[in-house]
Amino acid sequence: MSALAQDTSIPSAKDLAPVPRERRRRWTYYTLPVYSSAFFLYLLIPITFMVVYSFNQSHSALPQVTSKWQGFTTQWYQQWNGVPDLTPAFFLSIKLALIATVISATLGTLLALALVRYRFRGKGATEQMMFTNIAAPEIVLGASLLGFFITLNLPRGFSTLLIAHVMFCVAYVTITVRARLSGFDPMLEQAAQDLGATPWVTFWKITLPLIFPGILAGALLAFALSIDDFVTSNFVAGSSVTFPLWVYGAVKVGIPPQVFVLGTAIFSAGLVLAVLALVFQGRAKKARPEPEEG
Amino acid sequence: MTEIDVRLERVSKFFGDVPAVDDLSLDIAEGEFFSLLGPSGCGKTTTLRMIGGFEDPSLGTVYLGGRDVTDLPPYRRDVNTVFQSYALFPHLDVFENVAFGLRRKKVGGKDIGQRVRDAMSLVDLEGFEKRKPSQMSGGQQQRVALARALVNRPKVLLLDEPLGALDLKLRKQMQLELKRIQEEVGITFIYVTHDQEEAMTMSDRLAVMRHGQIEQIGAPELVYESPATEFVAGFLGASNLLDGELVRNQSDVATVRLSTGQDIHFPASKVPSDIDTLVKVGVRPEKISIEVDEGEPPAGANWVSGLLRIATYIGVSHQYKVEGPGGTELTVYVQNLGAEEAPAPGRKVRLTWRPEHTFIVKPSAALSPEEEEE
Ligand SMILES: Nc1ncnc2c1ncn2[C@@H]1O[C@H](COP(=O)(O)OP(=O)(O)OP(=O)(O)O)[C@@H](O)[C@H]1O
Ligand SMILES: [Mg+2]
Repeated sequence: MSALAQDTSIPSAKDLAPVPRERRRRWTYYTLPVYSSAFFLYLLIPITFMVVYSFNQSHSALPQVTSKWQGFTTQWYQQWNGVPDLTPAFFLSIKLALIATVISATLGTLLALALVRYRFRGKGATEQMMFTNIAAPEIVLGASLLGFFITLNLPRGFSTLLIAHVMFCVAYVTITVRARLSGFDPMLEQAAQDLGATPWVTFWKITLPLIFPGILAGALLAFALSIDDFVTSNFVAGSSVTFPLWVYGAVKVGIPPQVFVLGTAIFSAGLVLAVLALVFQGRAKKARPEPEEG
Repeated sequence: MTEIDVRLERVSKFFGDVPAVDDLSLDIAEGEFFSLLGPSGCGKTTTLRMIGGFEDPSLGTVYLGGRDVTDLPPYRRDVNTVFQSYALFPHLDVFENVAFGLRRKKVGGKDIGQRVRDAMSLVDLEGFEKRKPSQMSGGQQQRVALARALVNRPKVLLLDEPLGALDLKLRKQMQLELKRIQEEVGITFIYVTHDQEEAMTMSDRLAVMRHGQIEQIGAPELVYESPATEFVAGFLGASNLLDGELVRNQSDVATVRLSTGQDIHFPASKVPSDIDTLVKVGVRPEKISIEVDEGEPPAGANWVSGLLRIATYIGVSHQYKVEGPGGTELTVYVQNLGAEEAPAPGRKVRLTWRPEHTFIVKPSAALSPEEEEE
């Protein structure tokens, strides 16, 4: 500044270095970061607790999780299948979630296609049903399903579990796929047919690839819903025991650390999938930037 | 005329009770550049979509190359379409977009590469094969859409306002390019537009449509010089129309008596066969010469006198608005040759034109506000 003051000629604007300005920060500047951090903490604390305590030592004869830190160990990861009934329950849940996901993704996609493309009798009712399905308390759905199965005289077990899970997953898939479809230009399908593609080929080459991100998102949601479902499963499981059911049963006697190990495994798998989906979408977006102006 | 390539025989299409296309018949010859022209909502797109197979006619028959294709789905018709929105497949790159039709026909891999490259060079887009459609400008996308259709060497190419989304300069450039490509490949083009200038510059023949029907069909010069109806006269360029009564007297000269009692003469060959006595006579603004109303009117020419209201200097021309017989507003364009002095507003002027530049039309029902906008 002093050098400038001594200079008698008035410098033109472009010779001056831009004046650094003190940014005045009002307290409102911090509200969003503080709020966001608090929110993430709120979401993450239970998960962090689970992950950290899956490495906790336990010295009792019947190992259980406690809130007291007793030293680091990877013992429970080595003995992850050490609890007799827990492992089958875990795999039952995985199998159930996978099959329910595939079925509900297929049915949900078809339903979304029908709802977006066609006008038919009962279309409004179908949409209502879908939202009712999501909004209705699970305990009501579970209880009424049980009544339904008993009336039909269906033996409770894996198949009733599967039916129940597909039922509450379909609506979620339909909604995500429908959102994707509503931005879909029907002219694209006509263009494909114009170029000689039969309706079948058009579906596989044009429609499916374009709505796939929606299907994928819906399927991930369905998997997540299915694998940790407790309420509905509790009603319709019969003698089958899923992972959440087993854990609930174990609460009274004490939860073995392996539950945290398996929980951490599910969480990590979910995390990896979510990151993959993000990368996948990011790449799709990069290949499709906004068209330039002009 | 050569082979008939596309024939519509008494085709109608109803949406509910409303006819979008109303008992329309049309023959288009092989290799022709044919335009469907008309105001918004007159049924151009619907007509095109019935040829492409996207819309089933409610009545009538569609022939392609002499074959009845009315019941064939789009993928079994030998026509391709360039959609107004281009409808390029966003998840495929340009090469795969263009190759899409060839792959459906199970053309061999080597041939596909060659034909796609040929099509790309036809539309001047070499080197863009790896791009995604969204990475291209509007004009480039338009050309991809064209290449994607042309690469299949269809019998007929349907184009629905393909230049609608482009700015004026690009539009003009693409018009020339389309015309060049059409002459190069020799495919029949059916071109939908509501831009009369575009239709006139590009087409071999054009049809002016209104309310789902064809008002007139013919070469651009014919339709422009001898419009058949008041609607066509007004839709295609500017025109001056005067009410009158047809007097049939001599064999080769017809006469219309204006409400002022003045006679307008023109060749009898220009009188449509199915015309009533109440008619309108017309003349295009650029066919008229204007001068101060004094002395004898020239013999053998048609003339009316009026009051000059507005004189506008447009650079290449002068434009005059004249209050003619019965208060009708008449427009005159005079090329700016810089020779004579322009008459001043407020003067009484005489408008003169030659009998053969006169046309006679059926009065049409008044235009709807929607059509006026065009
Ligand atoms: N799918 C449809 N359902 C109901 N009415 C329709 C449908 N398609 C077109 N129409 C009606 O048919 C008439 C003709 O439509 P069309 O799209 O053929 O007009 P156009 O000449 O192409 O107009 P523009 O220049 O605006 O594209 C219009 O009145 C339109 O509202
Ligand atoms: Mg249209």
